Amino acid sequence: MPVRVIDEWFGTCAGCEMSILDMGEALLDILPLIEIVHSPVLMDHKYYPHGNNGTKPEIPEADVALITGMVRNEENKLLAQEIRNKSKILIANGSCAAFGGIPALANMFTREDMLDKIYKHMKSTEPGEPPKENVPALLDRVYSLDEVVKVDLYLPGCPSEPSLIMGAIKSLIEGKPFTLSDKAVCDDCPRIREKKALSSIRRPLQAAESAERCLLEQGYLCLGPATRTGCGGEEKVPRCIAGGFACRGCFGSLRTGGNQMVDMMSALSTIGLDVKQIPDRLATFNRFTGARGRLRPMKPAA
Amino acid sequence: MSKEIVIQPVTRIEGHAKVTIKLDDKGDVSDARVHVLELRGFEKFSIGRPVEEMPLITPRICGVCPWAHHLASAKATDAVFGVTIPEAARKLRELSYMCEMSADRILHFYFLAGPDFVMGPDADYKERNVMGIVSKFPDLARKAVRTRHLGTVMTEIVAGKAVHPVAAVPGGFGKVLKESERDKVREMAKEVLEFAKFSIKFAKESIFPKYLDLVKSLAIFNTSFLGMVTDDGGMNFYDGKLRMMAPDGTYEDFLPENYLDYISERTEDWTWLKFPYQKKVGRLDMDLENPVGVYRVNALARINVVDKIPTPLAQAELVEFRKLFGRPAQQTLLFHWARLIELLYASEHALELLDDPAILSKDIRTPVTPRAARGVGVVEASRGTLIHDYETDENGMVKDVNLVVATVQNNAAMNMSVRHAARQLIKGGKYDDGILNKVEMVIRPYDPCLSCGTHDMPGRIAIKLDIVDSGGRVVQSLVPGG
Repeated sequence: MPVRVIDEWFGTCAGCEMSILDMGEALLDILPLIEIVHSPVLMDHKYYPHGNNGTKPEIPEADVALITGMVRNEENKLLAQEIRNKSKILIANGSCAAFGGIPALANMFTREDMLDKIYKHMKSTEPGEPPKENVPALLDRVYSLDEVVKVDLYLPGCPSEPSLIMGAIKSLIEGKPFTLSDKAVCDDCPRIREKKALSSIRRPLQAAESAERCLLEQGYLCLGPATRTGCGGEEKVPRCIAGGFACRGCFGSLRTGGNQMVDMMSALSTIGLDVKQIPDRLATFNRFTGARGRLRPMKPAA
Repeated sequence: MSKEIVIQPVTRIEGHAKVTIKLDDKGDVSDARVHVLELRGFEKFSIGRPVEEMPLITPRICGVCPWAHHLASAKATDAVFGVTIPEAARKLRELSYMCEMSADRILHFYFLAGPDFVMGPDADYKERNVMGIVSKFPDLARKAVRTRHLGTVMTEIVAGKAVHPVAAVPGGFGKVLKESERDKVREMAKEVLEFAKFSIKFAKESIFPKYLDLVKSLAIFNTSFLGMVTDDGGMNFYDGKLRMMAPDGTYEDFLPENYLDYISERTEDWTWLKFPYQKKVGRLDMDLENPVGVYRVNALARINVVDKIPTPLAQAELVEFRKLFGRPAQQTLLFHWARLIELLYASEHALELLDDPAILSKDIRTPVTPRAARGVGVVEASRGTLIHDYETDENGMVKDVNLVVATVQNNAAMNMSVRHAARQLIKGGKYDDGILNKVEMVIRPYDPCLSCGTHDMPGRIAIKLDIVDSGGRVVQSLVPGG
């Protein structure tokens, strides 16, 4: 019997859906093994079918549900609860669903401050009021999926890695366990470490002197030591490193539920660096993990 | 008794939008709206970040066209730092961009718009989606899946990371292209070009001729168009001046950094999506017979504003298109045709860039120094003109951000299109599945990407249609195909 799948998205950029497509031709090979029962992007299953006045979305039973995006409004929350109720396994697909992702940087500001900026202080926008009619209410902040419902499996990444999505789906079809690596990005990084102490951090405003040496040891902040590896797919070369840049940290902590900021600060202290040098520390170390109270408004709302 | 039809969710526009159609006592359409239900607030939380973070943060606005944001942002930071980037860096940026553009055009034609035309607007909803195409035309589907994916593979070779890239940095590009990599990418680019040639031929022979009646009747109204052109009026997605073309074909060109003189945005209390309009006209009126201040962006706009396309195959298509539809062409469904001409251009241009040995240069990055400044970066994103505008303090930290995102600029036109189609199709309170689909079919040409997303996945319209009485009670529900 095919595996029954739900695919849903909340506050997302759709990059994780691109990752599903980026399985390439292999995607066509697994299609016959799954049955998609609800997916606003794939098929015509409604939240509110005949006779329902639209307060409780109708979600079919499923073996596995994949959800991308962060939880930002009442509709996301309601759908998360309904999908959880109907699914045996719930997967947080991508860093927004798993940890809040980049949009959770908004948690450094109150909802009111954000709306004030977007509606009253934009160069090209005539000052106005946020909508009230026909749109779901915004929650006070960005929530990760597991702040709202129980999550069984996390597929981190910004976007999530196609080979890991494929691995998870294949494991489910074959009834085999699926685990993520508990190693750090540094373990897969081809750059060479000389284990020298570091005294200062440089902003990435010019090319690194060496294309072979560890970027952190050259003074460029790299979240590799505190970030779970797995983004590199078959080649295993971490993707930002492959693009000539330091690790951005999108896979989150090496340990599920771990604190990337604490891990990174201790990694930097052990190489002798004063972390106070780093501007914008909170947002830097919690770049993808601002939900669960990791990022909060810097000042209370007026 | 007046009624309201609610279409929710409209899945291919990010899943988080709905359409409401109001009917009067006779059952004719009195109004129709597209409501966008989401907000993430990038302009707020970017403030206080080091400006070099911006090309890394803003691609998360859209995972389908991350390179558009990556490059508009990188260009804005180049301007903030006051540097000109090396020639090879510009070519590498543009090559990456052409790879994304080709993939995105393939995605939209075959997986999003495609099912309506390949399977037919009135086909059973269970088949009118990518699964239907896979089972009915497996070879075509495999080719489309493969070629779209090649775009990602090519970009990974050139830039390391394709979705949410890191390679375009303030002052240039972060990764040198090796000769062996270039050769590999060139082989793939040739395959993409072949598929582009096939696609436009296939569409012109087997798809478009069947739907010319729809093209001529659905969502017809006259607007202005905005798009980028090079100094000599040619097509380019990465750099150029902006051209605002009036419905009569006259136009005004302006420098991207002067966009605030030309574009203003209005808000409404029933949608999160703002309404940009022509500032010089002074107001926005979405009246179908006499619209004021409305302009459109995206493929049809670009095809209208350019004087020529600098690659031979796409140029030949442009000439043929203009012979058939004039300039500017106003028919909304022609966005699909225009998009295929762009697929051809992007594939041809990728090969041109790869054939230029200058792209292998190791001089790809100019060092930059923080300063207080303002920088505007503009590109043509898949979905239209995209503007990033940053201000920094003396340490190069972001003080203010203004973004005018491509799809937003089609908000007025999408609302007008839905109203026009609904009026055309729903009379005397009568409508059915096919009609619902056709209402959706006038949103899809804009390839809307409302928090810059959704159009990426194959699918069909998932909509519910409730007819409610004036007290809000559901008196009839219609489930397409159900």
